[in-house]
This record gives sequence, structure tokens and C-alpha cells, in this order.
Amino acid sequence: MNAPSITTTAPTDAVTRRFDLAAALKDSGKSALITLGLAIPILSYRTEQSGADLFLSQRWGLVAIMCALVFGLRLFLHAFTATKAYRQATPSAHQATEPVHAEPSAFQHVSKFAIPFFLGIALAFPFLIVMIQGGLGESRYWIDLGVLILTYVMLGWGLNIVVGLAGLLDLGYVAFYAVGAYSYALLSTTFGLSFWICLPLAGILAAMWGIILGFPVLRLRGDYLAIVTLAFGEIIRLVLINWVDLTNGGAGISSIPRATFFGIPFTNDEGGFANLFGLEFHTMHRGIFLYYLILGLALLTNFVTMRLRKLPVGRAWEALREDEIACRSLGINTTNTKLTAFALGAMFGGFAGSFFAVRQGFVSPESFNFLESAIILAIVVLGGMGSQIGVAIAAIVLVGGPEILRNLTFLQAVFGAGFDPNEYRLLLFGIGMVAMMVWRPRGLISEREPSVILKERKAISGSLVKEGHG
Amino acid sequence: MEIFVQQLINGLTLGSIYGLIAIGYTMVFGIIGMVNFAHGDVFMLSAFIALIFFLILTTWLGISSIALALLIVLIVAMVLTSLWGWAIERIAYRPLRGSFRLAPLISAIGVSIFLANFVQVAQGARNKPIPPMVQDVIVLFQGASGYNVAISYKQIIIMAVTAVLLTIFWYLVQKTSLGRAQRACEQDRKMASLLGINVDRTISLTFVIGAALASVAGTMYLLYYGVVSFNDGFVPGVKAFTAAVLGGIGSLPGAVLGGLIIGLIETFWSAYFSIEYKDVAAFSILAIVLIFMPSGILGRPEVEKV
Repeated sequence: MNAPSITTTAPTDAVTRRFDLAAALKDSGKSALITLGLAIPILSYRTEQSGADLFLSQRWGLVAIMCALVFGLRLFLHAFTATKAYRQATPSAHQATEPVHAEPSAFQHVSKFAIPFFLGIALAFPFLIVMIQGGLGESRYWIDLGVLILTYVMLGWGLNIVVGLAGLLDLGYVAFYAVGAYSYALLSTTFGLSFWICLPLAGILAAMWGIILGFPVLRLRGDYLAIVTLAFGEIIRLVLINWVDLTNGGAGISSIPRATFFGIPFTNDEGGFANLFGLEFHTMHRGIFLYYLILGLALLTNFVTMRLRKLPVGRAWEALREDEIACRSLGINTTNTKLTAFALGAMFGGFAGSFFAVRQGFVSPESFNFLESAIILAIVVLGGMGSQIGVAIAAIVLVGGPEILRNLTFLQAVFGAGFDPNEYRLLLFGIGMVAMMVWRPRGLISEREPSVILKERKAISGSLVKEGHG
Repeated sequence: MEIFVQQLINGLTLGSIYGLIAIGYTMVFGIIGMVNFAHGDVFMLSAFIALIFFLILTTWLGISSIALALLIVLIVAMVLTSLWGWAIERIAYRPLRGSFRLAPLISAIGVSIFLANFVQVAQGARNKPIPPMVQDVIVLFQGASGYNVAISYKQIIIMAVTAVLLTIFWYLVQKTSLGRAQRACEQDRKMASLLGINVDRTISLTFVIGAALASVAGTMYLLYYGVVSFNDGFVPGVKAFTAAVLGGIGSLPGAVLGGLIIGLIETFWSAYFSIEYKDVAAFSILAIVLIFMPSGILGRPEVEKV
């Protein structure tokens, strides 16, 4: 949708005056009043349950704090924009004479070192943690956290193929995660197949579901596609809950066989991993193995994506994202192109799902609700759609951040003893998604290496790229 | 037969609620072409506002007349929810005009997540029940097997309020200058702005009207079920969106019609097939309609502009 620029009035005279305090105060007051209106009654009263009845408790102090906060922020924003506008209004000597020249950006210089650095950290992470914490048992929490983050990194990279590269908004990605998890759970508990056989099978099954679900819906336009994938995600979850004969319903499938080291179990007996390698038995051996397993899977996802981007199909994805109509005019088979993106994304979701099942040893439909899809989408969106390193950073921040905050005891001193940042995690995700769309729709890392280079390397900055409305 | 008539009554009641929510989806889609994903959560939020004001009125101010309490709650909920609708549009959607095409949807998903979790943090995660407000029923007729076909006062109130508000709303869109401005913006925003229509204000008003109707639906939902929880916005929201799509997105009578059809399908499905799969039925209808009949029953076929 093109916004008619006529409707936005450019404040030309605002530039001449530096900062109008009265107007700013008035506007900030208005914002505070609106905040007050929004806070009534949802924030000012809290419904508490006692027995069968509800009663209300008042929290006007909190409302006052919120209003004051909004007032202050708004005032600050006014002051900030006023000085910025003033600075821009005073012309600098070499403005507008300089040609637009795309230099390799600072980010690209950094990324040359950042990627090996991150990779090194990721590879050495278990050893570093064991060294810092001083033992395998003590480092359990950190390694589990690492596994969790890497799972989301992998899911983010998988969804990035669909959303970031092909530009198809998929709100039901968790369905493929569920297909992968249940494939492994069912195949291993009923047929006794090992993880290493189930892993590719789970990927294939998820990809098949991706094609089955994708084929009818991929000709829909962007937001319809999003809603239909959401519907499919919910249908799969509801079927998993209600098809009790196959999936054991809401109770889930438990006692799923644990991962083995390529057939060698992590047990404390003859022929176990520890015994075979002459190590002292410890349950964390499995944890560290799982860490490297998911790291390998995530890196595989990344590697495949990076290679595919250089192939014709990858270029077609990115072209499709920019302008679908132009693609069709140039003879690209949009259905097949979308379908490959959808199926590949689904396949990696399936891999991640079967890893999830082998790590937990238990799957239930509640792990695959819409919120999970939304979190993965938030990771992709906040990371900058299409940027691999951005997605990884977003996953670390969004998944690891709240976990780390929870352990900071001084926060509990500030906010009270019952403070749990995880409660606010999704709240902040929501705000983050909106803020990202408003300020940096291209994501935290909006600059990307171009996939195809003609003669010389140029940076593409988000501001130089305009997305089509296909 | 008796069961059929009873389910028909129940289905129409549920359908009225869906229809009221669906109007918000269809109007917003008509005017700026975005799926307002957060609309279901606005509906949930309005149910909470109604719940809290109902408690204030009955327990603190001691109003014993249910009709009066209900009227006050309805008006207050409409005003406060409209404010939310306005603020959401102003903060999360207006800056995105002219951004890339999926930006408003992603922003709306963010708002949806925010609203659900905001209510959870502010009001707690548990279901919030209120004492039943209106309990009387009118027995319409008694079947041969002794099965009473009854319509409750609640259901009459819901259908009556829906009908009255739809009439007012219909008048607003068809006969007033606001309605004309809105329809003009729907057809061509640039042209409308050239002819002196304040497009931003019209879009804001669309959101306000949508939120007000959602708050009526929220109050009615609370009256009907007597319980609300922070994640009650998602499924009714998707069903109302299904209703809007089924009726033909962008078409106002279509939204109401779609709402009634979805309500009927859901109740009959629960009565005759399986109650477990009623949501699957609704989601399947959404997928089927979007795939095979994307312009819906009363909608215009979409023309792709290059």
C-alpha cells in the first residue's frame, strides 16, 4: 500500500524554532492522559479470586508510575527530535554534493571476524563452561541453556528460508516442528528405530507435510497465506490432542528412547559411552553430546541455506520476495519456487523437532502451540529477515536473555521477591515486534551480503532497497 | 427436531458474537488491506474491561438492577475499548503505511502477543468467572420426548443488542459523511485525500468503530459464558476472521452473514459430530474458503494491481 504523502504534514516551521517547551509539555500531557485512559480499568484494578467470588484490588500507584513514565519518555522524545531536526536543518559543507556511494559497511568488516569468532565460541562453549564452572555437574544449567538457544537458532534459520528468503509469512511453522517430534516419538516407540534413522525420516515427513499443506495455499497472497498456515498449525495441534489412539492425546508420548553416540548408549555399564572411551561415567556426557548434535544440525541448516542462496532457486526466492509479479513476468515458476522454500523450511523444522523429542524424551501437543510459532517468527523478524547472523543473535537475546535475567538477584530486590522475567518475556516480544516494524522493518542487521555479485562487491543497505508490493 | 431448533437458537447467538467481531476485521481489511491480527485480543481485552466494571458496579456501587448495570458496562466498555483501538492504530499501524507489505501483519501479531500477555500480567492467568447475571429462560415448546426447547433471556439480549447496533452501524456507514469518507478511502485513498478527506482520521475512526463493536461482542461473550481468560481472544478471533473471509472480506453484510454461518456450523458440528473437533472444523473452513473461494459469498473478486 502506498501511503499518500499528502496526508502527512511536514512541520517546516518547527525546524526554525529549536524546542517548543510549551507544545512539548502539552503533547506529553496528552500522552499521559491517554495512558491513564488505557490503564483504566485493566491496570488500575486487579481481579482476585477468593473462593467462588472475584473481588477487586486497586493499584493506582502503578498507573501513576506508568503515566509519569509515558510523560517523561514523550518529553524526552520531543527534545531529542527537536535537536535532531535542528541539526539536520543546518546544512553541512559537503552535503548533497557527495554521490551516493555504497562502501563496504562497517558491519561487513566486523562480520569477517565476527562469524569465525561466534563459531569458535559455539564450538568451545561446553569446555569453557566446564572450565569456568569447575565440573560437569555444575555446568548442566549452562549447557542445557546452550542447547535450548541452539534449538531456536536452528528453528530460526529454518524459518528464515521461508520468511526471510522467500518472503512467505508462515505462522504455522511449529506444525512441522511437531511433525518432526511426533515422527521420531512414534517411529522409535512403535518400531524401535534409532535416532539416526528417524532423523532423516522425520525431515522427509515434515517436508512432505510442507508440500501437502503448501501446494493448495501457496498461490494465496501474503497475509492470506499467513492466516492459512496459522490455521494448519492449529489443526495439526488439535488433531494431536484429539487423536488419542495414535498420539495418546494431551498426555503426550513419554519414555522416548534417548540419544545414543552413534549406537553407543550413554549408560554406566559395559559397552556404554564412558566405559568404551575410558572416561568416568557422568550423565552430562549426553548433555554435551546433545549440544554438539544441535550445533551440527544448526550449522547444517546454515550451510545449506548459504549454498542454496547462490543457486538459481535461492536467487529465485529472493527475487520472489522482492517482487512476485516481476518474477512471474520473467518466467519463474512461482509455485515451484515457493514450494521448495516451504518444503526445505519444513524439513529443517522436522529435524529440529526430532531433536526436541530425543532431548526431552517426552512430547505433548502443548509444546507446539501458536505461541511457539510466534516466538520463532519474532526471532526471524527481530534478527532481520534474511540475515543468518542476525537470526542467531536474536535467538540468543530472546531465548537466553530472560533466562539470564531470572538469575540476577538484584532485579528481585528492585521489583520484589516474586519477580520472574519470564512472565514479561512474551510481553516484551510483542513490543519488540511492533518496535522493530516501526523503526527498523529490515531487522537489527539490515545489511546483507548480496547473493550475486557483478564484477565488484557492493554493500546493499536497507535504505537502498525498496521492497515490491507483489 | 427439538435439538435442531435448540441448536439453531444457540448457533445464532454465537453467530451474532462472531459477526460483531468480524465487522472489525472486514472494515479494516477493506480500508487499508491488512489483517488486523490483534482484533481478537481487543475483543478479549474488552471482555475484561466489562468484567471489571461489572464488579465495580455490583459490589462497590451496589447497583442491583442488572439491566442498568449491563447498559453502563456496555457503554463504558465501548468507550475504553475504542481508546485502545485508536491507540493501537496510532502506535503500531500508522507508522507502517508505505512499509513493505508484511510489516503491518507482523506488527499486528506483535500487538496481539502484547495484549494477551499484558492482560495475563495485569490480571493473572486464571479463568475469571462472574456470577451469572441473567438466568431466566422462556420455554418455547416441549417436544414429544420431553425435551424443552428454550431461549434464554441472555440469548434474547445478545441477539437484540446485536441487531440494534448493526442497524445503527449500518446507518453510520451508509448515510453519514463519515461513512461516505470511509467508503471513499476504501476505493481510492489517494483520490480521497486529494478531495479533502482526512485519510488518517478516517482510518483511525475505522479502528475505533471496529473496537467498539468488538467490545459489544466482548460484553456479550462475558454475559453468555460468564467466564473469560487472557487467551480467549485467539480462537474467537480466528473464527471471526473466518466469518469475515467466508462472507467476503471487505463486505459488511458479508461479515454478519459469515458470522452467523460460522456460529451455526460450530454448534451443529458440536451437537451432531464431535465437540472435540469443532475448532478443527472452523479452521478447516477458513483454509477451504481461502483456497477455493477467496472472494467469499458477498465479496468482490480481488483485482491485482501492478
